[in-house]
Amino acid sequence: MHPFEYTLAGDADQAVAVATADPHTSFLAGGTTQLDLMKDGVLHPARLLDITRLPLKGITHTDAAIRVGALTTMEELAADPLVRERLPFVREALLLGASTQLRNMATIGGNLLQRARCRYFRDPTVPACNKRNPGSGCAAITGIHRMHAILGTSDHCIALHASDVAVPLAALDAVVHTQGADGTRAIPLTEFYLPPAETPHVENVLQHGELITAIEIPLLPSAARSHYIKVRDRVSYEFALTSAGVALVIEDGLIQEARVALGGVGTLPWRAWDAEDVLRGSRADTEVFRSAAEAALEGARPLPGTAFKVDLAKRTLVRTLETVAGAQS
Amino acid sequence: MKHVETEARPSGQSPPEPPQVDITLKVNGTEHAIQVDARVTLLDALRDHLGLTGAKKGCDQGACGACTVMVDGRRVVSCLGLAAQYQGREITTIEGLSADGELHPMQAAFARHDAFQCGYCTPGQIMSAVCLIAEGRADTDEDICEFMSGNICRCGAYPNIRAAIREVKGAS
Repeated sequence: MHPFEYTLAGDADQAVAVATADPHTSFLAGGTTQLDLMKDGVLHPARLLDITRLPLKGITHTDAAIRVGALTTMEELAADPLVRERLPFVREALLLGASTQLRNMATIGGNLLQRARCRYFRDPTVPACNKRNPGSGCAAITGIHRMHAILGTSDHCIALHASDVAVPLAALDAVVHTQGADGTRAIPLTEFYLPPAETPHVENVLQHGELITAIEIPLLPSAARSHYIKVRDRVSYEFALTSAGVALVIEDGLIQEARVALGGVGTLPWRAWDAEDVLRGSRADTEVFRSAAEAALEGARPLPGTAFKVDLAKRTLVRTLETVAGAQS
Repeated sequence: MKHVETEARPSGQSPPEPPQVDITLKVNGTEHAIQVDARVTLLDALRDHLGLTGAKKGCDQGACGACTVMVDGRRVVSCLGLAAQYQGREITTIEGLSADGELHPMQAAFARHDAFQCGYCTPGQIMSAVCLIAEGRADTDEDICEFMSGNICRCGAYPNIRAAIREVKGAS
């Protein structure tokens, strides 16, 4: 690990000012991605600004939303009674990610900013990685594809966004609250991430030094039911091959409201708007669910090593829809 | 926390010392004031600076759980946190699990059920297992498997680890 200076941030204004002024300063929260990538030699900031003592922890509730301080850990959010009662698929996605130890460290802000799990990105001895070294190429496209994306990819990068909880959060239209040099912003999560296109190293709309302060999660109608299914190579403690987060409101057999997002397939948490359009107003049956899954994967661009994901993602989504619909009756 | 100034050196001489930090860690109820390289993880501080070698370094990237310790009563992997981040927190290692040389019930159960072979992962398994029960997640074998999955045992002692946990859970 390269040497760095460690500084404890006193308040958010100071933290934003220090980081904004210095491109070699990085925020340090739970550390589970940051320190891991520094040990691997992928990241080498000159200064780490420890933000863990800032008052950005804790969960508050209103009638319409849950506001989660950015430093709230994954375990703390999963334990929230309102999340358990009203947003079960958020809780399921949280608890199917990482291990308990990591969930006790990892913050919700850091989870959303976690970097790609691409083996080529994480190995500095591999020269070609447009995310790590812009313009150098992509070793993954001609390499082993299994853990890579099929939606939102470009000829320059196929790295997956590996967050589980970002899947239901995208489905829910969660909002990322930030504080930057120019003031505060509220950014819809569905507009927060940027597809790799020709600049895979630019992963989201944050400016350098802009701090996530909170995530606002709108509540679903009380009649909604939701579920998250994750398919992976190991039973536990493994990233998704495919996953689906679904929330439905069904009345008299007709789908009134549908929220659908996919994990394990996208370069960003993949909101499946087209699937929602198929579902809304339709009957809650398997034929409709299959049509929705076809619509969700229509734009997929698989490579030989990810061809299996197209069918697997469709089946994962159909199973999740069936499970949620079954829970209605 | 204060920073230790490093002397400026003319170019061409040996490189400057990496930045150091003066920190105080509270481990197993005792406060320790140490000066460490800012890069030192909690795990390395425990093992190399405080002589507490119970927590083990397996993967050093948060994947194996051999370095599991408790911070403010919650289990964490000590390899993925900087020592400097853990000032003012209550850190408990396997050495502090019980007092006066007595075995903690989970340690005794691991011995009774032969819940290890090489033993390298055992301190992390035991710290995790103690937390698992405190979290209320040891009700079924399925839950034990799921919520112990952050602790890898390369010898494959899992059935005996589960038996030890079941026994302690049953007695609690």
